[in-house]
Amino acid sequence: MLNAERKPVTGRRVQLMATCLCDAFYDDVAAATVEVLEQAGVEVSFPEGQTCCGQPAFNGGDWAASRKVVRHTVRTFAGEDPVVVPSGSCAAMLFHGAVLEFEGQPDLPEVEALGRRTWELADYLVNGLGVRSWPGRYDAKVALHRSCHTRGTASVEAALTLLRAVAGVEVVEFGEPEQCCGFGGTFAVSYPHLSTAMGALKLDHVRAAQPDVYVAVDMSCMMHLGGLAEKEGKPIRTQHLAQVLRDALKGGRRN
Amino acid sequence: MRQPIDQFAKQLPADKRASVYQSTKATHEKRTKLLFDGFADPNRLRTLAGQIKQHALENLDTYLPQVEARLKANGAQVHWAGTGEKACEIVLRIMKARGATRMVKAKTMVSEEIELAAYLEKHGLEALETDLGEFIVQIDHDHPSHIVRPIIHKNRREIAQSFEREGLGAYNDDPETITRRARQYLRHKYLAADVGLTGANFVSAESGRIVLVTNEGNSRFCMAATRCHIALVGIEKIVPRDRDLGLLLNLLGRSATAQDLTVYTEFINGPKAPGQPDGPEEMHVIFVDNGRTEVLAGECREILRCIRCGACLNVCPVYRQASGHAYRSVYPGPVGSVLSPLLLGDRFPQKADLPKASSLCGACHEVCPVNIPIPDLLLRLRNRAKEENVPSTGTPPMGAWALMASQPTAWKAALVGGNLLNYVPARLIPVPAMQAWCEKRTLPPWRGGKFRQWMRQRPKPGPTAGPAG
Repeated sequence: MLNAERKPVTGRRVQLMATCLCDAFYDDVAAATVEVLEQAGVEVSFPEGQTCCGQPAFNGGDWAASRKVVRHTVRTFAGEDPVVVPSGSCAAMLFHGAVLEFEGQPDLPEVEALGRRTWELADYLVNGLGVRSWPGRYDAKVALHRSCHTRGTASVEAALTLLRAVAGVEVVEFGEPEQCCGFGGTFAVSYPHLSTAMGALKLDHVRAAQPDVYVAVDMSCMMHLGGLAEKEGKPIRTQHLAQVLRDALKGGRRN
Repeated sequence: MRQPIDQFAKQLPADKRASVYQSTKATHEKRTKLLFDGFADPNRLRTLAGQIKQHALENLDTYLPQVEARLKANGAQVHWAGTGEKACEIVLRIMKARGATRMVKAKTMVSEEIELAAYLEKHGLEALETDLGEFIVQIDHDHPSHIVRPIIHKNRREIAQSFEREGLGAYNDDPETITRRARQYLRHKYLAADVGLTGANFVSAESGRIVLVTNEGNSRFCMAATRCHIALVGIEKIVPRDRDLGLLLNLLGRSATAQDLTVYTEFINGPKAPGQPDGPEEMHVIFVDNGRTEVLAGECREILRCIRCGACLNVCPVYRQASGHAYRSVYPGPVGSVLSPLLLGDRFPQKADLPKASSLCGACHEVCPVNIPIPDLLLRLRNRAKEENVPSTGTPPMGAWALMASQPTAWKAALVGGNLLNYVPARLIPVPAMQAWCEKRTLPPWRGGKFRQWMRQRPKPGPTAGPAG
């Protein structure tokens, strides 16, 4: 249970942590995040020195390497403005994982302070800003992926709130939503059979619900599931929540 | 590098995997319904139960002497075993002193842990499992593959074949027939046995009461006709007070087998008192450490809260795919991936791969009746393996990545350099991680640096200049 204890949001400025995956593969998700935040009346800054939240080494069990990256992240996202990240997993890394690996380190307080102002995007919009309605229209049946690092956080409910607020969106449920898709960071490559078997199970459940789009707040899970579906020759359409919200503003589908 | 558990899971026959998956899923779903229908906020109960167990663990120095005094006052004899071998020796000594040769055993995980049955058999004594699942494991010379359901990996046809082979009747795979035949066979064994051995689900420090739960009533039978009862108890089974049992028993039955309460719940207050008609006249309680105090002194001590319900196995997507034997341990699944390497002490490296066999999805933590943060503990053990230089257990080296990810210039260069991926087929890239990814998955197009470019070039309202502060 990754409950974040956070400072209430007062200002209208945020720092965007784009995530390494968006930096490398999913630029449109990061761009959509910026547009969505601006639609919500927020001024977005993008600290150019940002790299990664440090999670790969944290999960891989090399905490010394991970701390090095987290220290860089703490320096890069200095100041008081909230840090908003379009990934439940990177957010959890900062408010939970980093705190765990900095136990007993002299700079733990700085790491904790960053954690208290780090938000997953949907959580920030709904619980930080109080967004309850969303303009525009998006005609699609969508299924929401429950990424594991939002387990126990407010993100899933927040994402559902936002999706249901969009005219034209129909949210469909599917079997065993709480089961992991099998990505798991380095797990995906160290345990490829388990990882893909878990992914296949997830895809079966999702396909059975026949959504037009499978939506997530984490692109890592989507990279795994989308890649698996494509390799099978039965691709599924995946989007980040931010893309759905941004496309709704443009009055329909994009991509 | 393909890890042993991944390999095992890949080779597991599809029908085994399907039956493990179906039955774990069914129990998990029933458990969830029962807990959330029955209680307004089960998570508060899990938190409270975790606090009670944690308190007990952190005050074992008080509670262990207290429980010893209570047990002695109740008429039991108390023994302390630092290791599994020591515990086995104590059991043997007790049996020898009584001239006993036949033991009937109720299900106890700690006896599996210390391999008691094999030890006694080696010394020419019989140690018969009376829990149906454990009985089948025993006649098949197999190992349990689940904490609560030891034969989750077997189907009834296999069981019927084993019964036929053991002379328990002609082949018949009707579950009721199988159960009846086991019962008939075991009844005679109970009557002929000299010693009954049980574990303990809980021991109250306040009263010295030993609490046992079963669904078959076999632990009662173990104590009904025998003259001597031995309880083998891990030191972490202590709870401070009798009243704590209300909470813990409510959570245990629901979490383990999706029952409001197990069919039998026994509170054992000591040996047969003068004037009582029956029950064992002699009672021994053997407290087993076997690595537990070392775990208690370390940074994963929360794992000792475990009440062996198996809920984390049932919900675990890895367990569901791999089944229990994949873990090469008495304790499989998420809890086993923490506990098994820890109980090895200095031999930790032998099982240092287990904590890596997890996607860290956190489902185990979410269902744990004593709220053990299993993913955090798996992570701590991964880091310990790295710190102790255990040879690679499947994680790509992180040093180069960390260097790059802490230097923005290098990072940005890599974002551009990654474009190479768009021109070289992934199967030709000699990086094991890439190969493992691409065997069954495509990689999306590399678009490194595109977002930064967009952010810089967009006309309005534009990013503010650099990082705040």
